Amino acid sequence: MALETARLAEPLSIPEDRTQKATTKPAIQISHLDKIFLTVRNERVHALSDISLSVAEREFVTIVGPSGCGKSTLLKIMAGLLPLTSGDLRVVGAPVSRPRRDIGVVFQSPVLLPWRTVLENVLLPAEVQGLPQATSLARARDLLKMVGLADFENKYPGELSGGMQQRAAISRGLVCDPAILLMDEPFGALDAMTREQMNLDLQRIWRESGKTIILITHSIPEAVFLGDRVVVMTPRPGRIARIVDVPLPRPRTLETLGDATFGRLSSDIRRLLYSLGDAEPASEGGGLG
Amino acid sequence: MTVEAHSAPVFREDTPRPVTGLRLLLRTRPELVLAPTLLVVLLLVWQYGVIWLDVPAYILPPPSDVAVALWRGLDAGIFSRGGYWLHTGVTLSEVLLGFVIGSTAGLVLGTIISQVRIIEATFSVYLIAIQSLPKIALAPIIVLWFGFGLTSKVVIICLLTFFPLLVNSMAGFRAVEPERIELMRAIGANGWQMFWKVRLPSAMPYIFAGLDMAAVFAVVGAVVGEFVGAQRGLGVLILSMNASMDTAGTFSVFIILSLIGVLLHGVLKIISRRVLFWSGTGQNTHSTGT
Ligand SMILES: Nc1ncnc2c1ncn2[C@@H]1O[C@H](COP(=O)(O)OP(=O)(O)OP(=O)(O)O)[C@@H](O)[C@H]1O
Ligand SMILES: [Mg+2]
Repeated sequence: MALETARLAEPLSIPEDRTQKATTKPAIQISHLDKIFLTVRNERVHALSDISLSVAEREFVTIVGPSGCGKSTLLKIMAGLLPLTSGDLRVVGAPVSRPRRDIGVVFQSPVLLPWRTVLENVLLPAEVQGLPQATSLARARDLLKMVGLADFENKYPGELSGGMQQRAAISRGLVCDPAILLMDEPFGALDAMTREQMNLDLQRIWRESGKTIILITHSIPEAVFLGDRVVVMTPRPGRIARIVDVPLPRPRTLETLGDATFGRLSSDIRRLLYSLGDAEPASEGGGLG
Repeated sequence: MTVEAHSAPVFREDTPRPVTGLRLLLRTRPELVLAPTLLVVLLLVWQYGVIWLDVPAYILPPPSDVAVALWRGLDAGIFSRGGYWLHTGVTLSEVLLGFVIGSTAGLVLGTIISQVRIIEATFSVYLIAIQSLPKIALAPIIVLWFGFGLTSKVVIICLLTFFPLLVNSMAGFRAVEPERIELMRAIGANGWQMFWKVRLPSAMPYIFAGLDMAAVFAVVGAVVGEFVGAQRGLGVLILSMNASMDTAGTFSVFIILSLIGVLLHGVLKIISRRVLFWSGTGQNTHSTGT
C-alpha cells in the first residue's frame, strides 16, 4: 500500500495546459476510509476497506473494479449521500457531511422524473438551486445538443431508450457546471460508437471547464482513455489494488486507442483484475474496446 | 430445438395498412364497440326472458317497465316529491360534500403523517386495524347523533372516504423510489422542494386509486345513510317504492344511483389522465384495497 500512496502525488506526464495543478490543494482527499453497511437483518457488510486516495483539482480519475466491490458506495460517500464508517474525507479541504452544490453526480441509473420532459429533467438541479433561468435554459439546451437529444427536449423519459435516458441524466449532472463531477458508469447503456463520442465530448468539457472528474466504469479501455490515473479496486471489501498512471498526451483522440502505451496499460489492468481472484474481468461494459 | 424451428409458425406482422371507420375503432378501442353491444344483448335477453318465463313484474320487471318508470320519474316537476330530481339533488349533494371533505381530510392527514417516519409507523398499526372495520355499521349511530338531515349522511360519507385516502396516500409516500430521493438530496434540494417536486407527484397514482375507491364508497354511504333515516334522497325513494312493490321504480332509481357513481368515476378518470399521463402502469395497479 505504501508504494501506491507514494504514486498518488502526480501523474507521470503533466500536459502543458494543466501545469498549475501541482500548486492547488486536492479537490478530494480520502484517507483510510472504511464503510460497513448494516443490513436490515442487522448483518454487517464490509463494503470498503482502507481507501486512501487524493484527487487533485482538474484531475480526471477513473475507477475500475469487479461488480459489487463498492465503487458506487465510494462515489456516494464522496457525494455526501452516505456516511462513512471510519477514516477521513475532505472536499476542497472541508469535511463532508452532506451533499455539496459544487459536486455534480451522475448515477448508475438515469433516475429521470417521468412527469417532467427531458428538458425539465435536465433543468431540475438548476431549478432546485435557484440559478437564473435564462442561463440555465441555454446551458441545458447546449448540453442536450451535445448528447444528441436536441430533438427530444420535449419528450418524456418514458418515450426514450435506456441510452437516451442516461444521456439526459449526464446533461442533468452538468447543468449547474459543478467544479467536481462524480460519474457512476455513465456510459454503460450506450452503444460503442455513441460511447466513444461521449468520451471525446466529456474529455473536451473537462479540458475546457477545468473540472475535477471521477468516473466509474466497467470498461478498462474507457478508464485508460479518459483517466489521468486509473484506480483499480479489489473484490469486496473494496480496497485500492493499484493506482495506474496514464501518461498518454492530451487531448486523446481515437488514434490514442491504437497507441502502444494505451494497449499495454489496458492489458496490464486487465491482467491485474484477473489476478485479484475469482473476480470477473471488468470489461463487460463493452465500450471503447 | 431444431424440431421446433421446423414446425413453429412464423410470427410476423404484415406491413400495417391504415384502417378507417369501424375497423379502426375495433382495432384501437374495441371496448367502445363491444361494451354497448353486450349491453344491448343482455337487455334483450332480460326483456324476452322475463316475458317468456312469465316472471311477475314485482319480482323482476322487464327493462321496458324500468325505462317507463325512469321516464315518469324524470318527467315530474323538479320540486315534485314524487319525481326524481329533488331526491337526486339531495343525494348528489351529500355524495359530493362528503366525498370532497372526507377524501381531502384523509389526503391531508395521510400526507402529514407520512412526512415523519416514526409517526407514520406508530399510526400504521391502528390504521390497518381501522381500515378493515365495517365502518358502514356505524351509520345508525351517526344518524342518531346528527339527525335525519344532510349532516348525518355527509358525516357517514366522510367516514367512508377518509380511510381510502389516508391509507393510500401513506402507501404512496412510502413507495417513493429511494433513488429519486437520493437524486434530490444530491442536487441539494430542501424538504419543501423534495415534497413538491418528487414525493407528491410520485404518490399521485396511489392517491388517485384512493379517490376511485372513495367515490364508490361515497354513493354507498349516501344510500345506506338514507336507508337508516332521512326525509329526502334516492335511498328514501327506494325504501318507499319497495314498500309499495314498485320494483320497476326501484330499478330506475338504482340506474340514477349508478349514473352518479359513473359520473364521479368519469370525472376522476379525466383528471387522472391529465395528472398521471406519465404513469404507464395505470392507476389501478396501485390500489391497496380497503
Ligand atoms: N444500503 C446497503 N445496505 C447493505 N449493503 C449494501 C448497501 N449498498 C450496497 N451494499 C453492498 O455493498 C457492496 C458494494 O456495493 P456497490 O453498489 O458500491 O458496488 P459496485 O462496485 O458499485 O458494483 P457494480 O459495479 O455492480 O455497480 C455490495 O456488496 C452491496 O451488496
Ligand atoms: Mg455500482
